[in-house]
Amino acid sequence: MRPFAYERATTAGAARAAHTGDAAYLGGGTNLVDLMRLGVAVPDRLIDVSGLAHDRIERRDDGAIVIGAGVRNSDLAADRTVRAELPVLSQAVLAGASGQIRNQATTGGNLLQRTRCPYFQDVTKPCNKREPGSGCAARDGENHNHAILGHTLTCVATHPSDMAVALTALDASVHLHGRDPLPLAELYRLPHDDASRDTTLAPGDLITAVEVPPPGMPSAYRKVRERASYAFALVSAAVALDVADGAVRGCRIALGGVAHRPWRAYRAERLLTGMPATEESFRRAALAEMENAEPLRDNGYKVPLTANLVCRTLSDLASGEGGRP
Amino acid sequence: MRVEGREKVTGTARYAYEYPVAGAAYAFAVQAAAGPGRVTAVHDEEVLALPGVIAVLSHRNAPALKPVEDGELALFQSDEVAYRGQVVAAVVAETLDTAREAARLLRVDYDDRPPKVRLSPGDPGLYKPEEVNPSFPADTGQGDPDEAFGASAVRIDATYTTPAEHNNPMEPHATIAEWRDGGLTLHDSNQGASTVAATLAELFDLEPAQVRVVAPHVGGGFGSKGTPRPNVVLAAMAARVTGRPVKFAFTRQQMFATTGYRTPTIQRVRLGADADGTLTTIVHEVVEQTSTVREFAEQAATPTRMMYRAPHRRTAHRLARLDVPTPSWMRAPGETPGMFALECAMDELAFAAGVDPIELRVRNEPDTEPESGLPFSSRNLVACLRRGAELFGWDDRDPAPSVRRRGRKMYGTGVASATYPANLSPSKATAAAAPDGTFTVRIAAADIGTGARTALTAIAAEALKTDASRVTVEIGDSALPKAPLAGGSMGTASWGFAVTRACEALRADLDGGASPPVEASADTTEEVKARGDYARHAFGAQFAEVEVDVDTGEIRVPRMLGVFAAGRIVDPQRARSQFIGGMTMGLGMALMEESTMDERFGDYVNHDLAQYHVPACADVRDIDAVWIEESDPHLNPMGTKGIGEIGIVGAAAAVANALHHATGLRLRDLPLTPAAVLTNL
Amino acid sequence: MDSGDGVVHAEITVTVNGAARRLRVDTRVSLLDLLREELGLTGAKKGCDHGQCGACTVLLDGRRANACLALAVAQDGAEVVTVEGLAGGDRLSPLQQAFLDEDAFQCGYCTPGQLCSATGMLDEAARGRPSAVTPPGDGPPELDDAEIRERMSGNLCRCGAYVNIVAAVRAAAGEAAR
Repeated sequence: MRPFAYERATTAGAARAAHTGDAAYLGGGTNLVDLMRLGVAVPDRLIDVSGLAHDRIERRDDGAIVIGAGVRNSDLAADRTVRAELPVLSQAVLAGASGQIRNQATTGGNLLQRTRCPYFQDVTKPCNKREPGSGCAARDGENHNHAILGHTLTCVATHPSDMAVALTALDASVHLHGRDPLPLAELYRLPHDDASRDTTLAPGDLITAVEVPPPGMPSAYRKVRERASYAFALVSAAVALDVADGAVRGCRIALGGVAHRPWRAYRAERLLTGMPATEESFRRAALAEMENAEPLRDNGYKVPLTANLVCRTLSDLASGEGGRP
Repeated sequence: MRVEGREKVTGTARYAYEYPVAGAAYAFAVQAAAGPGRVTAVHDEEVLALPGVIAVLSHRNAPALKPVEDGELALFQSDEVAYRGQVVAAVVAETLDTAREAARLLRVDYDDRPPKVRLSPGDPGLYKPEEVNPSFPADTGQGDPDEAFGASAVRIDATYTTPAEHNNPMEPHATIAEWRDGGLTLHDSNQGASTVAATLAELFDLEPAQVRVVAPHVGGGFGSKGTPRPNVVLAAMAARVTGRPVKFAFTRQQMFATTGYRTPTIQRVRLGADADGTLTTIVHEVVEQTSTVREFAEQAATPTRMMYRAPHRRTAHRLARLDVPTPSWMRAPGETPGMFALECAMDELAFAAGVDPIELRVRNEPDTEPESGLPFSSRNLVACLRRGAELFGWDDRDPAPSVRRRGRKMYGTGVASATYPANLSPSKATAAAAPDGTFTVRIAAADIGTGARTALTAIAAEALKTDASRVTVEIGDSALPKAPLAGGSMGTASWGFAVTRACEALRADLDGGASPPVEASADTTEEVKARGDYARHAFGAQFAEVEVDVDTGEIRVPRMLGVFAAGRIVDPQRARSQFIGGMTMGLGMALMEESTMDERFGDYVNHDLAQYHVPACADVRDIDAVWIEESDPHLNPMGTKGIGEIGIVGAAAAVANALHHATGLRLRDLPLTPAAVLTNL
Repeated sequence: MDSGDGVVHAEITVTVNGAARRLRVDTRVSLLDLLREELGLTGAKKGCDHGQCGACTVLLDGRRANACLALAVAQDGAEVVTVEGLAGGDRLSPLQQAFLDEDAFQCGYCTPGQLCSATGMLDEAARGRPSAVTPPGDGPPELDDAEIRERMSGNLCRCGAYVNIVAAVRAAAGEAAR
């Protein structure tokens, strides 16, 4: 690691002011320290924001649940309100990493973790995300776990977070110090011609909280992986479904492991709304979402896998399996 | 209970990197970021200017080493780069973080060319090695297999592939080296202190007695620490150049290029049989890779030479010499990939002939070792299969594939045979009696987690006719009587043989009136040489149940059972742990383990434990192992066959065969993944 | 904080296995390297140095954590318990004893991490914290084998001792419940 200065911020304002040049915020460090040790991240200053008073989960008067950016993943997943009203979020967090890492990782840090693309993590190889203009080694390389949607010649990486997939399905927003809240839909971006930016945040922007309006419908998170635990998703789905009189009154579907950002399946949602809550509708909607998929050399399997997973999770929710609202 | 168990659960058992050494410096390796080719410049002056950097080692300044057989140990001896990831330089610094940062900053220039790394059965560069590991002929044959195959009523002709797999012991390869009094002391993580000491003496042109290798606790090896790896040489060289004790460990990522792995294999198997499944023909042809640095030829087809009876047979190994890291031993080299292919083919034959897979194997059981004609010292494969069938609930199995479904899951069961040779090597040992009635046994054995220390204590106590609590066994030090390495499942047999003889001699001395302190020694070289001609192998039967999610293709294994016949079991608790551990690694081989070569760059890209998946706790549901006690007088005084490796053999085949039973899919390429299931279902 | 020749050092106080230590650390040093290289506590192991194996697991302010991912400089004021601090003098903890009884290890390299992880995990379960296999709802999880396996999955064991590890944790959990 490059030598770096370290300071512990006591207020968000002080943290923001201290963030200059090659500085980085340190939360749980579970991804940042990992990337620094690989030489992928080379900050000259760490501003430790884990001591800020962003460590609570609160319900606001309008019903929204506000999760402090410093809340540890394990505390988020165990929170009674979250478990009861946002089961998809609790499940997603618990599906990620390990018990140890969830004790360390923070909500804000989880949102901003970087891709686990092997070429991004290896500084001896080209990667437009790490070194813009150097090329994408994954596009024609080992890409069985890369994107099938929204990728470009510039980058085929996927976003690794489980939690962010659930939050995307929940229409969550991030609170930023000194800025207006930003919906997750506007936080994350596709690579387009600049893969170096995972998000629309400006350098120094500090996430202070995540705001989640409870969907008021049952929800569930399903994650597929070849190892039964402690592995990133091949594909995951966060789904909320509201069925009344046998018809879909509302639904939210977000996908993980398929794109540079958590992928909101708007097309499938639109197709489903108002339709009979049947396996047939679910499959048609899932397949429609996959029509734009452009699999790479090694990841064609993700197309049927994603369609199956969406269909299955919807069916389970419709039949009462899955989290209550 | 393990003799060293208390040290291991209290954190006081010291591994190689953990010895306190005053004034130690830290080394960090620099790997070639290109290759193959040549190093044209090492810009060491830039990092030598950094505070805390003591030295930069590379081919430009490294001391000359004497040549040894393993070219991977010729560290920094030339500007040649054989493959990307080879160690080309090292930085020594006052702290680990300084060394690591300097290694990151060290600029090295290369003149490189595109790597040739693709393993292909059509490669015109394939060649027949002189012999395969450790010293078997590359090819064998009997009868006229081609004609017999064509004339067979039932024929299987299938190609199976296994990927490169990395041993990944939990403890990375690590060494502390210190030169003092003209000699070299190494705290090193290895599977055989005697071997490491001898090799290092050769490299550094020392008398064997000048090198001392200490390794009482070793955090796993699975073959990757069976011979010295570049870490030992790097640490010793850095210590010599700097005049400081030097601590060095490979990072997990670096291990994927520097410490060995199992070669990928492409295996074509042809089985010809009569309508009732009686084999007439067995052909097993293997293509695998080696490096340009050193030849390693995995003996994948050797189990096919002794498993089943058939008058017409052929085995062959062909190698491609590629710009890749040198493959080496990984748990049951040969048997592990070879029996995956053979035992899947046997399952295919059973299905094609309409014969129960167990009955098929019983039907083809040989009376003597098929190719050699030697009598088996003991062979209880059939007993293992029968016992397993009973315990696993095989008898009411419906052979039809793809008919067991509960909800969105499909279920199936599979079986495969296992085998591993009962190897034996000469060893020395001493046994001493003290006036207080205690005994000390000394031997340069290694306990890499096998329970060797515990088993040898039991063996010694038995030969001494005393209680194990009175016996201390000292191992893991090259200063002790010379012993073979922990490998080839021969540790307990070889070491136990020498320990038994030393203890018997001591007992005789004591019974003859000698009074402590008294010591006796043994060397089994002659006795090992004088053994009769027998085919000595352990056998086993592997059973697996799989559960396949029809939507996601996820494969889970609710149950595995292994039944083994491996001679006398000296230490039942440790034996069960070894068998189960091997089966667990076999589960990983079946479902997830795969090192992916990038053909443009020439290295294994998924080089960490987040990308190269080994089984986690959640993958292992119900795995059990039992055994059939054998009394075999043709082995060694203890009657043991070795148990460290057979647990992995056949495990992946049992899972693959169960997957076919569950889904009807015959997947012949490991690992068996959701992608493969979904693409084919 | 001072900075000379580029390397930055800082003073921290950490309590390790009950003893407070005042230390001057390079900001780059991980808690794991601090324990192993500077405090002589080599029980916590380095298996991957990237949070991918769990061998370095310690209890950090009472919760299990990967010491390789924790920067020492950020632990000012923290309480750390390592495997060396699990036993009460000569008396092994119930988990340590159960690991011995069930032969829940082979090479032993992952064992300190397994033990610290299991210690933290049993506390998490006792406090009703869910895992990925806990049924939906907010009832306290029943610590059956599936729960133990999932909760212990952050600790890889290449020797493949999982069957015995689960048995040991089950036994220790049962003892704790009595």
